[in-house]
Amino acid sequence: MGQTLFEKIWNRHVVKTIDGGPSVLYIDKHFIHEVTSPQAFNGLNKRGIKVFRPQQTVATADHNVPTLNQHLPIKEELSRKQVEALIKNCTEHGVELYGLGHPYQGIVHVIGPELGITQPGMTIVCGDSHTSTHGAFGAIAFGIGTSEVEMVLATQCLLQTKPKLMRINVEGELKKGVVSKDIVLYILSKISASGATGYAVEFAGSAIRSLSMEARMTICNMSIEMGGRCGLIAPDETTFNYIKGRKFAPQDFEKAVAEWKQLYSDAGALFDKEIFIDAADIQPMITYGTNPGMGIPVTGTIPTTETINDNDKSGLNKSLAYMGLQQGAPIKGQKVDYVFIGSCTNSRIEDLRMVASFIKGKQKATDVEVWIVPGSKQVEAQAKAEGIDKIFEEAGFILRQPGCSACLGMNEDKIPSGKYCISTSNRNFEGRQGAGARTLLASPLTAAAAAVTGVVTDVRELLN
Amino acid sequence: MAKAFTTITSRFVPLNIENVDTDQIIPARFLKATTRDGFGKNLFRDWRYTNDDEQKPKAEFVLNQPQYSGEILVAAKNFGCGSSREHAAWALADYGFRAVVSSFFADIFKNNALNNGLLPVTVSESFLQKLFTLENEATLTINLETQTIIIDASGESENFEINAYKKTCMLNGYDDIDYLLSMKTEIENFENA
Repeated sequence: MGQTLFEKIWNRHVVKTIDGGPSVLYIDKHFIHEVTSPQAFNGLNKRGIKVFRPQQTVATADHNVPTLNQHLPIKEELSRKQVEALIKNCTEHGVELYGLGHPYQGIVHVIGPELGITQPGMTIVCGDSHTSTHGAFGAIAFGIGTSEVEMVLATQCLLQTKPKLMRINVEGELKKGVVSKDIVLYILSKISASGATGYAVEFAGSAIRSLSMEARMTICNMSIEMGGRCGLIAPDETTFNYIKGRKFAPQDFEKAVAEWKQLYSDAGALFDKEIFIDAADIQPMITYGTNPGMGIPVTGTIPTTETINDNDKSGLNKSLAYMGLQQGAPIKGQKVDYVFIGSCTNSRIEDLRMVASFIKGKQKATDVEVWIVPGSKQVEAQAKAEGIDKIFEEAGFILRQPGCSACLGMNEDKIPSGKYCISTSNRNFEGRQGAGARTLLASPLTAAAAAVTGVVTDVRELLN
Repeated sequence: MAKAFTTITSRFVPLNIENVDTDQIIPARFLKATTRDGFGKNLFRDWRYTNDDEQKPKAEFVLNQPQYSGEILVAAKNFGCGSSREHAAWALADYGFRAVVSSFFADIFKNNALNNGLLPVTVSESFLQKLFTLENEATLTINLETQTIIIDASGESENFEINAYKKTCMLNGYDDIDYLLSMKTEIENFENA
């Protein structure tokens, strides 16, 4: 019997399995940020111990940083103290920090891959649920709580129970105007926000293999929105070419590639669950509700109590009341007040290029505010080098500075109560983008189309 | 070291909402602390209080209804989905909850709860629905040793699963980190292999 990709990586990292309990799993790379690490360092300090393997942890400041005037001191006192605590903890424990002002600073799940730290076959964790992003490289990558951050800092290990395995196969060619965000929103609309809970999810099939690394990251990023413990994609030439030449790429690259080529699910490997999706069925998607499973095609109508799947039935009225939307109404034409293009889901250079090539020569609608928040300083610099910033400026978009920003509204980038925001981020939970804010999740293309028209738009009507 | 959990008998707070995400349990704007304390006051903040200058309690939310109280929260399926923030478990524990009962928990939340002495009790959907129909005064007994949850008035009960290792930790208030620290030599040997 063959092994799955997940099992190949998992088995290599098990230090010990406790009888009737979890396994001690060795962690190769650990990312930390200012919000979920201070209490973990406090724990170490209380025990009087140092970080066990400081060279395997990398820190950045992203969740709680301003996205304008980053050269100035952070105005908000609590946010500033949190960032200062990160600097102090990293200095005391010898952890590399790409903090504000550093040319590598950015959203933790953007900088890991772009620096070549994220590599196939690794186990990677971070105190952030979207750590699943790194699985796009064929790694086991998952989010952890702060107590677990402390465990990794102290021992480079975690106690983990092996999840069940699911494979989602997307076969065929994507239609015009359909991008990776639409694939993942489509999967979510089919299996619900809890459809993969308890599973590690491997994404496979010709449509997945045809995607760039950036696009694959968008899909693995949102595997947590299905409840998945992690999402992963077998590495291939696309993966190797992406890593090659990056700062922390392996020295002996050919040797590494030879090992990485063994990382795939063998023919005959068994999955606890398998799902098949035809890429041709996927249209540009958008969410109407308050969990990421509540998505429909932009040309579709909001479900009714009769038509909705069982998973969201009881929450439909509560969701629609919050969103100010009606059962059975079309979503196309819905007024939009804000457009947010950013987050660990869609803030990479490819996302910005996609938006720029669509927006070039067009103008944003007058009553819409558009925030573009690059995923990292490197993405920002690249966008400027390519003149993308000028295209945004001419269209009336604002290119801000890197951070998590309005994805979670922890800094001052909040959507006002009652306003609609079409967002390339990952969560449309109540209050996620600010108390009372109403989020419509979509791809960068669909978001850019709404920026131009001021309403939810089928981007295909505006493509040549 | 977490607080040991053996048996509790308590009234419960019914939160009959599915897919309660950790942004609802504790919104991001309250995650700016660098300690683990004091998150209970902002537990379910936006469901519990109005979002205006007055910050008045919302009468329709269960935590503001005096007929409900106790150390047990009973919630509909897929509780704790979304963000990995452990602050959600800290907020529930700080508020005074010692157990959360649901038919389905999100993975990361479940781990976070267990690491903080907050027991996640997974019951069948039918048992959960029965709990939602009980009188306000009803009490539940959760016995970790026997892995049972009992409706005290009727004696109806159900068993729940927990892995043996985690059970030992909860019963004794042990932390995973103590166990991992005791494994240092084996971890170093693994690194050198």
